[in-house]
Amino acid sequence: MISIYTRRRIVNAINLTFSILAMAFGLFWLFWILFTLFEKGLGGISIATFTQMTPAPGSTGGLLNAIAGSLAMVTLATLIGTPVGIMAGTYLAEYGQRGWLAPVTRFINDILLSAPSIVIGLFVYTVYVAKMGHFSGWAGALALSLIVIPVVVRTTEDMLRLIPDSLREAAAALGAPQWKIVTLVTWRASKVGIMTGVLLAIARISGETAPLLFTSLNNQFWNADMNQPMANLPVVIFQFAMSPYENWQELAWTGALLITLSVLGLNIAARFFLRKQALAN
Amino acid sequence: MKNQQMLFYSKFMGSHDYQQSTINEPKLKTEMNIIPSQSIAPKVSINDLNFFYNGCQALRSINMNIWENKITAFIGPSGCGKSTLLRTFNRMYQLYPSQEAHGEIMMDGMNILDKKQDINMLRAKVGMVFQKPTPFPMSIFDNVAFGVKLYESLNRNELEERVEWALQKAALWEEVKDKLNQSGISLSGGQQQRLCIARTIAVKPEVVLLDEPTSALDPISTARIEDLIFTLKEDYTIVIVTHNMQQAARVSDYTAYMYLGELIEFADTDTIFTKPKQKATEDYITGKFG
Repeated sequence: MISIYTRRRIVNAINLTFSILAMAFGLFWLFWILFTLFEKGLGGISIATFTQMTPAPGSTGGLLNAIAGSLAMVTLATLIGTPVGIMAGTYLAEYGQRGWLAPVTRFINDILLSAPSIVIGLFVYTVYVAKMGHFSGWAGALALSLIVIPVVVRTTEDMLRLIPDSLREAAAALGAPQWKIVTLVTWRASKVGIMTGVLLAIARISGETAPLLFTSLNNQFWNADMNQPMANLPVVIFQFAMSPYENWQELAWTGALLITLSVLGLNIAARFFLRKQALAN
Repeated sequence: MKNQQMLFYSKFMGSHDYQQSTINEPKLKTEMNIIPSQSIAPKVSINDLNFFYNGCQALRSINMNIWENKITAFIGPSGCGKSTLLRTFNRMYQLYPSQEAHGEIMMDGMNILDKKQDINMLRAKVGMVFQKPTPFPMSIFDNVAFGVKLYESLNRNELEERVEWALQKAALWEEVKDKLNQSGISLSGGQQQRLCIARTIAVKPEVVLLDEPTSALDPISTARIEDLIFTLKEDYTIVIVTHNMQQAARVSDYTAYMYLGELIEFADTDTIFTKPKQKATEDYITGKFG
């Protein structure tokens, strides 16, 4: 008869094997994707990528207008979405103890969080683009900000909830009104965590294609007017990768690599900040 | 069991030395039969206080007085309601929607449970120090200045003086005077707790509530804080909740023994620890129960 101890060791070994296999399976594809991206994209990166506009089929060019457009719309979307998200998340964590408003908001926010981004693109198309009669950078930024908001709401609430109530009690015990407790104590204590949430939201929107297809669309030329259709990396990748022209396909790979690298960078930064937050608590 | 009892008493008497001297003060002697005392009006007077927690009753008809410039200790087993009682004095329970208190807590002629009582003004008058040190995520200076800035508009010099005064009072000044700009979180546990005490007295409250202030600290830090509490009673009315009976015996003038939300016995500390009237109190303080 096998002793309980031996049995436990065997079960443990089996579990460990399967876990490692599962991890290896996941990592295999991930590294394959990264490898392909580097293989196909790295060769295309040159000075021209950052200095020239997207070219016509068959001629040379770069991604400058797409990079600038992406930066402009992502920045704007972050500027719109972050304050709204932080305030709403603060309401949920700090004020919404009583009544129905907070649970309902939280539920709707969770739905928004997992809503397909193409739905958000279509929504902005209907309420903004169709009314204005043309695609525009504003519409793109608006659609992206609608993706930022639920992410920031959620992380803000989660981060504020990590702050122990004893800290709020300590501030309240000194006679601090609630808005001072929030602005001077709990926000400060969860500053790094909230920042991380914003970074993750930026990472999330910088690769979004679907909402931009219906809102900012694309632009072959340099454009700094937010009221005009605006070039951006994801849509350029989408169009160029689908095209039969070789130089376009190559640029699509380069763009994909650029997005991946920036998202990777943002995620690493977010991890770094998260660890700092964990140490601070 | 007898031996255990003897051992406890000898320990208790031994550590009681420095309090003995204050008991011999003439002023205190007249108040020794404190319940009820005719000589002075109580700082806080609790009448028929009941407390509910999600509909569960946590305090049952509490009646007691807290005397000015004295240290009152609440002792009792976990869950007996001693912290709950303490948290009614600054209405801290109100942060949580499911908690409510009924009855009367008179302080300076006003029922603080009354809706008309401004809750932030009350808390500026009734300070509180918690079980775990809770430094704010800001500098040592800002930690102490936080409460002061809420209710007084001092200029920079006055504020610096106040912060120094509070840190001196909390016996922390010497250790932190060269690093006032460092984060309060960088201090050790015992220092953090003294920082919290400094922060509380910086706003010049009248009553200081201490909710197991040393339970998260090592014996040396505990001794320092006990000394500190003892000196603070000259200026403040102090109420302390403690799990540690020796601590109650060492620092307090009056002790209340609570059990299952009821006030079982309340008397001067000497009486509670040497000749308690209730069998239940005796069982608890001698370690037969709890």
